[in-house]
Amino acid sequence: MKKMEILEGSMAVALAVKACKPGVISAYPISPNTHIVEALAKMVADGELNSQYVLSDSEFSAASIVYGASAAGVRSYTASSSQGLLLMTEVIYNAAGTRLPMVLTGANRAISAPISIQVDHQDTLSLRDSGLIQFYVESAQEAYDMHIQAFRIAEDPEILLPVMICMDGWVLTHSYEPVELIDQKTIDAFLPPYRPLHYLDPEHPLTFGSYAEDDVMMELKYMIQAAMDRAKGKIGDIASDFQRITGHVGARLIETYQTEKADTILVGMGSLVGTMKEAVDAMRAEGMSVGLIKVCCYRPFPGEAILECCHSAEAVAVLDRAFSMGSEGPLSLDVKAALCNLEKPHIFSFIAGLGGREITTETIQKITVKTMEATESRRILRGSQWVDLNPSIL
Amino acid sequence: MIPKTEEQELFAPGHRACPGCGEAIATRWILKATGTNVIVVSPTGCLETFTSPYMFSPWRVPWIHPLFENGAAVASGIEAALKYKGRSDIRVVVIGGDGATFDIGMGGLSGMFERGHPVPYICYDNEAYMNTGVQRCSSTPLFASTTTQPAGRKSWGKDRPKKNMPAIAMAHDIDYVATASVSYPKDLHDKVEKALTMEGPSYIQVHTPCCTGWGFPPEKTIEIGRLAVKTGLAPLFEMEAGELTSVHRIGKRVPVEEYLMAQSRFKHLMESEEGRREVEKIQRVADRNIERMGLL
Repeated sequence: MKKMEILEGSMAVALAVKACKPGVISAYPISPNTHIVEALAKMVADGELNSQYVLSDSEFSAASIVYGASAAGVRSYTASSSQGLLLMTEVIYNAAGTRLPMVLTGANRAISAPISIQVDHQDTLSLRDSGLIQFYVESAQEAYDMHIQAFRIAEDPEILLPVMICMDGWVLTHSYEPVELIDQKTIDAFLPPYRPLHYLDPEHPLTFGSYAEDDVMMELKYMIQAAMDRAKGKIGDIASDFQRITGHVGARLIETYQTEKADTILVGMGSLVGTMKEAVDAMRAEGMSVGLIKVCCYRPFPGEAILECCHSAEAVAVLDRAFSMGSEGPLSLDVKAALCNLEKPHIFSFIAGLGGREITTETIQKITVKTMEATESRRILRGSQWVDLNPSIL
Repeated sequence: MIPKTEEQELFAPGHRACPGCGEAIATRWILKATGTNVIVVSPTGCLETFTSPYMFSPWRVPWIHPLFENGAAVASGIEAALKYKGRSDIRVVVIGGDGATFDIGMGGLSGMFERGHPVPYICYDNEAYMNTGVQRCSSTPLFASTTTQPAGRKSWGKDRPKKNMPAIAMAHDIDYVATASVSYPKDLHDKVEKALTMEGPSYIQVHTPCCTGWGFPPEKTIEIGRLAVKTGLAPLFEMEAGELTSVHRIGKRVPVEEYLMAQSRFKHLMESEEGRREVEKIQRVADRNIERMGLL
C-alpha cells in the first residue's frame, strides 16, 4: 500500500531511519540537524523505536559512539552539520579505515568564520578524501529513499564503508514536501538485519585498529579505494533491488536531464538541481542547446558516467556551493579530472550560493550564457568564476 | 580466580614494550581480573603502539584502538550496542594512558561518566606523553623535567601540580573511584574486580612507572612504584558514593627525596641548594596527601 504524506524533510529522514531499525543512535544538536535527531528521540521515548539512543557530549563523541556500536556489530546512525561534521572528521576517517559501516546524515550548512547557519556544501565536501561514501539529494523523497538504501550500501560485505546522505540545510531539512512512504514489511524485505562479518566478540577475539608500518599502509589504503570502485557497481545492484521491491526510484550515480546532444551541459548537486532543471526548461524553450547532470553520488565519484555523457558536448559548466581555498570549486576539480585530456568540452567553474545566498533560474541562465559566449569566442576562463559578488563589500 | 599459567594469561608475552614497562605489567594484571568475557578499548598511547603492530597481537580478548581522545565515547557506543543485543553480561573496559585521560580525552570521559555507562575506565598513569617522547602532561608531577617543559637555568620543569583526576571523576557522582599501583598487583587486581561489580561507571588510576621516561634502570620499576606509594606521592585509596572507603596505610613516612633521587627527571633538583629547597614543596604535596587521607 502506497502512503503519501506531507512531511518536513527532517521527519522523512527520521521515518526512514526508524524503519531501518538501527541498534544505536547517537547525536549532538546543531542546526539544521536538530529536527531529525529530535524526531528520533521522541520515537524512542514513545517506545516506537527500539534503539539505544545515546546523548553525546559533542559531535566528536557522537561519531565515536556510533563507531563503537558499529565495531560491536550493531547498525548505527548519527547526523550532523557544519562545525559538527568538522569535529567528526577524525572519526570518519577512522571509521572508513576500520571499515565500519555507519550511516550519517549531513544536513548541509556553511563553515565558520564568519559564522552562518545557512546552507552550502563546504562542510560535507571537506570530508571528500576520508573514505566516506557521499550522496547528495534533491528532495525530501530522495532523502527518504536514499537513507534506506544507505544502510544496505554501507553494510554490503564488498563495501563496508561509512555512508553519508547530504541534504541541504533548511531548504530540505525544514521544508514540507509530499513524500511517498514505504511500509515496514517492504522495507524489511529490502533491508535485512545487519549480519557483520567481523565484530568485537569475546567468543572470537579480534584486534581492531592496529598500528600499520610502511610495509602494509599503502595496501590497506588501496583496499579502501578498491571498495569505493566496487561500490559503483554495487550501488547499481542495490538500487535495482530497491526499485523492484519498493517501486521507488533507486540510487543513481548521476541523473541526466536533457543532456542528449546538448552543446552545453550544466553540473550541480543537491536541492539546487531543481532550480537548474527549471532554468534548463526555460532555456530549451528559447532554443538553447543545454542539458544538466545532477551528481547524486559524489564519492565514489562517477567520472566514467560523466565522461560518457559529456564527451560530445562543447562546454560543461560546473556550479559549486563550496570552494577549495587557493584552488577551485571541489566539484569542478572532479569534473575536470573526469574529462581531462579531451580536446573538448571546455570546462567552466562557477561558485554561487555560499552561506545560503539564493540561486535563481536567472543565475543559472546567466552562467549558461557566459559559458556559451566564452566557448564561442574560444576564451578559456581559468580558475573559478564567483557569481554576482557585491563590489561594495570587497 | 587469578590465572597462574602462561596459557591462561589473556595478555600474551612477545609484545614490543620496553623492558621494565610498568603499564605492560599492569595490563596483564587488569586482564587477570576481567577474565575473557570482556571487550577492551585502548585509546592511542604506548599500550596501543606496543601491542598492535599489524598482523600481531598479544590481546587474547577482543580489543579495539580507535583514536587518541575517544576511548570513553567508543566504549559508550560498544556498551550501548551490547545492551541493544541483550548481552550486558559482556563487559567493556577502557585501558588508556594519562594523556588520553587527563588531557585530550577528558571531555569524552566526562560524558561517559555523566551518562552512566557501566564501564570501568582504567588509566595507566606514567605521568607524561611517553609514546611521543616524554612530553609534559597535566598528570606530570610538580618539578618533573619533560621534553616540552624541561628543567633549565630558568625552569624547574613542570610548574604546576599534578591534576587531581580522581577528584574530577568523583565529582560526577560515579559509583567507584580508586587508585592503584603496578607495584601492588593484587590490590590492582581486586580493585578492577570490584569496579566490574558496579552498576554504573567507575574510574581506576594506576600508577605505572616508566623507566625510559622517568630515568631509572628497568629492573627498578616495582621499587620506584613502591617508593611513590610510601612517600605519599601516589596514595592508594578507594572512594564509593563520594566517601573515602579505604586507604593503603604506608606506616612510616619515606622522605620524598629518596623517591626523587632515584629518577633522572628530578635530578636537577639535587644539583643546587636552591633546587634542594624546592624539594620541600614536593614534600608538602606528599604531607598533604598523608594528612588528608590518613595514610600513616
